[in-house]
Amino acid sequence: MGSAAPHDRRPWLKPAVFTGALAPLAVIVAEAALGRLGANPIAEALNRLGLTALIFLVAALACTPLRTLFGWTWPIRLRRMLGLFGFFYALLHLSTYVGLDQAFDAHAIFADITKRRFIYIGFAAFVTLIPLAVTSTAASVRRLGFVRWKRLHRLAYVAAALGVIHFGLRVKKDLREPILYGVVLGALLLARVGVQLRTRWLKQT
Amino acid sequence: MKPDLGQDPASSEITPENLYLRRREFIKNGLLFAATSAGVAGGLLWLLKGQRGGRGKPSGTAGTDRAGGPGGAIGAQTEPPALEFSTHSPVSTSETMTPLADVTSYNNFYEFGTEKGDPAANAGTLRPRPWTVAIEGEVKRPQVVDIDQLVRWSPLEERIYRMRCVEAWSMVIPWIGFPLRDLVARVEPTSKARYVAFTTLLDPVQMPGQRRAVLDWPYVEGLRLDEAMHPLALLAVGLYGKVLPNQNGAPLRLVTPWKYGFKGIKSIVKIRFTAAQPPTTWNLAAPDEYGFYANVNPAVDHPRWSQATERRIGDLRRRPTLPFNGYADQVAGLYSGMDLRRFF
Repeated sequence: MGSAAPHDRRPWLKPAVFTGALAPLAVIVAEAALGRLGANPIAEALNRLGLTALIFLVAALACTPLRTLFGWTWPIRLRRMLGLFGFFYALLHLSTYVGLDQAFDAHAIFADITKRRFIYIGFAAFVTLIPLAVTSTAASVRRLGFVRWKRLHRLAYVAAALGVIHFGLRVKKDLREPILYGVVLGALLLARVGVQLRTRWLKQT
Repeated sequence: MKPDLGQDPASSEITPENLYLRRREFIKNGLLFAATSAGVAGGLLWLLKGQRGGRGKPSGTAGTDRAGGPGGAIGAQTEPPALEFSTHSPVSTSETMTPLADVTSYNNFYEFGTEKGDPAANAGTLRPRPWTVAIEGEVKRPQVVDIDQLVRWSPLEERIYRMRCVEAWSMVIPWIGFPLRDLVARVEPTSKARYVAFTTLLDPVQMPGQRRAVLDWPYVEGLRLDEAMHPLALLAVGLYGKVLPNQNGAPLRLVTPWKYGFKGIKSIVKIRFTAAQPPTTWNLAAPDEYGFYANVNPAVDHPRWSQATERRIGDLRRRPTLPFNGYADQVAGLYSGMDLRRFF
């Protein structure tokens, strides 16, 4: 209170979200150790890790629209962490596929990635996330310049969209959940485009 | 009367105001931290709930642990008769059997939900007794037969078969049943009969998954008559020595071990002999992904995933998938001269 730094009204926010974000992983590890992941534990872990990655990507993309729509600023402070958790879970998802599901069978994995739309779209989503994770630091924003950095990070929408398609291609028939994520993602994108168009229109008049 | 408040505390014991406020803030922040992290964790786990197919109860069958569920008191129904059957069938595999808990908790039975754990959780509403099966179409002896009568048509035997799902996982299951060919012979198909069509029960009350049009209900499947006459084709009424659990297709299901699992239609109410090839549910839903024959074939991939390998439930490593699921010696002759890439 006596310090010169502006008082942080929510010092608990980031550590709390960080802790909560580890819950899906903690539950998977605990259930795997107890043999409670069901008859097909590898498929179960794969499904949950993949969906968790998608949830974090969508959550990261929700931060800016929440500010523009409701004037909330606190989600922006979480955006980088949410995005990095998306990358973290995507990495765990991919590692589970490569290591546990395919047992590092390079031939089978290569065939999967090149031949199967379902796999290569998922792989493309992951590859898209790599430059975003690498340039997630404040130093990168300075180095690239904010405008270029921002343009690069629009790829987050591409990655999330690829993630939704990958999810949709996995299910055999029941598309409700992938469609739901697609709709949320579309709404977030629409909110942004709407705000952009409005600002441009206001500038012109 | 004035209450005795005791002596005033010494001034040295009074907490300075700024420390007092900081402590309050510390506690407040601690509580907010706990609440927020719990909220984030809870929200994430709730969103993941639909994906948690493995959380079905590890043992027991829907019929026993859901007594008194929405389907009414199951105990009040007539108990299915105990099964008597012969063992050591020459066609049984000696491979390690998949544990009963996995066989009864990891199911594709969309009539009770699309997640693997849904059938075990929801199939308590199915009433497998009393139950009748209509046998009709191109047969000399069409009839409607009670399940308990049908079970006695032929001696029951245990057949330990491999089961390969189109989703690239597999199990080894000790079925109890009798050869489909026994039923075919009994009802005497006419000379026009070339196919056998099967239909699952249509009842959204007993099968809540049918309230949504995920598939075109009721589920239908079919075999060519010579496939139905093959000695490996089994009508199953039990597994692991007991009557079929609801989630595994009680009271009567088809087992064709050389074909992908979805050919094994469950909870059969109708068997119809036809001259033309009957429609089949998954083929109608996605004709480029699921064929009428659906013979296990590692060389013909599903458009979205490879069929070259499979994970046997309980194994860490995948294993190569065998043509006709390892039953090629017995069944390949049924398809001689056919292009199995075209007729997948």
